[in-house]
Amino acid sequence: MRALTWHGKHNVQVDTVPDPQIVNPRDAIIKITATAICGSDLHLYDSMIPGMSNGDILGHEFMGIVEEVGPRSTLKVGQKVVVPFVIACGQCFHCGKQQYSACDNSNPADKSDASEIAYGYPVAGLYGYSHLTGGYAGGQAEYARLPYSDMGPIVVPDGIEDEKVLFLSDIFPTGWMAAENAMIEPGDTVAIWGCGPVGLFAIKSAILMGAARVIAIDHLPRRLELAKKNGAEVLNYHEVKVREALMEMTAGIGPDACIDAVGMEAHGFAPDNIIDAVKQETKLGTDRQHVLRETIMACRKGGRVSVPGVYGGIGDKLPIGAFMQKGLTIKTGQTHVQKYLPQLLELILEGKVDTTDLISHRLPLEQAADGYRNFHDHPDEWTKVVLKPH
Amino acid sequence: MSEHPMSTDAEVESTAFTDRDRVEGEHEAASVRAVLINRPRQELYAFWRDFRNLPTFMENVKSVEVMESGRSSWIIAGPAGADFELVSEITEERPGEYIAWRSLEESDIDHEGWIEFRDNAFGRGTEVRVFISYDPPAGPVGKVVAKVLQREPRIQARRELRRFKQLMETGEIPTSKAPDAAPRADRHL
Repeated sequence: MRALTWHGKHNVQVDTVPDPQIVNPRDAIIKITATAICGSDLHLYDSMIPGMSNGDILGHEFMGIVEEVGPRSTLKVGQKVVVPFVIACGQCFHCGKQQYSACDNSNPADKSDASEIAYGYPVAGLYGYSHLTGGYAGGQAEYARLPYSDMGPIVVPDGIEDEKVLFLSDIFPTGWMAAENAMIEPGDTVAIWGCGPVGLFAIKSAILMGAARVIAIDHLPRRLELAKKNGAEVLNYHEVKVREALMEMTAGIGPDACIDAVGMEAHGFAPDNIIDAVKQETKLGTDRQHVLRETIMACRKGGRVSVPGVYGGIGDKLPIGAFMQKGLTIKTGQTHVQKYLPQLLELILEGKVDTTDLISHRLPLEQAADGYRNFHDHPDEWTKVVLKPH
Repeated sequence: MSEHPMSTDAEVESTAFTDRDRVEGEHEAASVRAVLINRPRQELYAFWRDFRNLPTFMENVKSVEVMESGRSSWIIAGPAGADFELVSEITEERPGEYIAWRSLEESDIDHEGWIEFRDNAFGRGTEVRVFISYDPPAGPVGKVVAKVLQREPRIQARRELRRFKQLMETGEIPTSKAPDAAPRADRHL
């Protein structure tokens, strides 16, 4: 089959690779009908995530038609499914608590030593996201093997357009969990850093959850425009000082909840970020946590900070005093996708949320490398890329 | 007994690891590890006690032959393609709870160990603790070779216990081995 593969920093290409096979009883194979490039794929493209290997297939936002099933899969050939980017067994302690991205079992035993060393405990398997999270092949390909296929892939009704449900794989549930982690109460103002796909879904979700006011922060005009269309007030951090603007807009109390939908590769020319960038470049540090610092500083006393943005390593200079003295709550994590799928599919089917307005480009899989380059180099025009493998 | 501090996964303070006598082996290296498995204790014990099941999740155990009077013969894939034979004898057994064993003299590896199954007091399944003590095959050089090939007994024990949990909880052992389980491009460019 054809698949988008990683060969080093800023070097991806579409290659011919072997077809995946059923190897375990709960496996299924799907023929992929639509897949997307995620903002977090750009962390791989930039070589910011350790544990990548030359030739790895990328992609963790995908859906398709069930082609073949193992004896213990509950899926049926011909069904259309959207696949959660998190692989979960459904039977360990963590899955029992619906903490699917903490699954104890989905990361193969020979792959989980690294994350146990880095994080204290092994983390769950993810599709196409380095050998730290299992070394599974991704879905920017013609076919994919789904381990534990009875636990996660959600069957979608016939006739619904792929693009309407594709983002159930990651960014819709991720934006939704980000808003849930912000513990929104009536009357709340929620500030969201980053108007990429996750930030946009966090805006949509916060409004559905009843936020009185959403303030979105970015520097790219088209992304800010999308945020505005979704009901957010917007701040361009190239034009205003964000913290001062937030203070002014909230009459000095500050946002009740702050969401970092940016993560480890923050942009901008704040002094702390320049130091982090130099450290990243010289391998003295791994993560640029400028936005995380901003959220902690900007959040009101007793407020909540929610972090869907991806971090992978070690950071420093966190305003730990502000965090403690203001009594903040921080919630974060890879998304427990499986937990949210039924309710979010329902919202889509009821027409309560527009899941397609962020798509700017649709490309055949063969042009995926162009998609990566443009999504990376021209983020203002390229807000979301959907790939069609067939 | 190794002078290195022992690492464990124990989530609660456990006598298994604070009682020094229980984790001091006669051999050069020792390893101890705990894992919580969300299955009934008897089921886990029964699966393990039938030693012929062990090669399903112990990747470097090629075969186990069960003999008389608590003895079993093991063929183990060692470093650099060499196989080891190990004849083991059960030294203590409490059905449903505990099995201890040690290698007999004719073995290629000197080794002893125990496994313990306990009900978690808080209803979270079964606490499984494993202890092994061994003399690395072919001394320190053998240990380095084994480590390079990821057959170092301590790493192997950790992975085998993970695979045991995976198999018992989910009915299968996850894998991302290329090409079937996880296709990938040939390395080039």
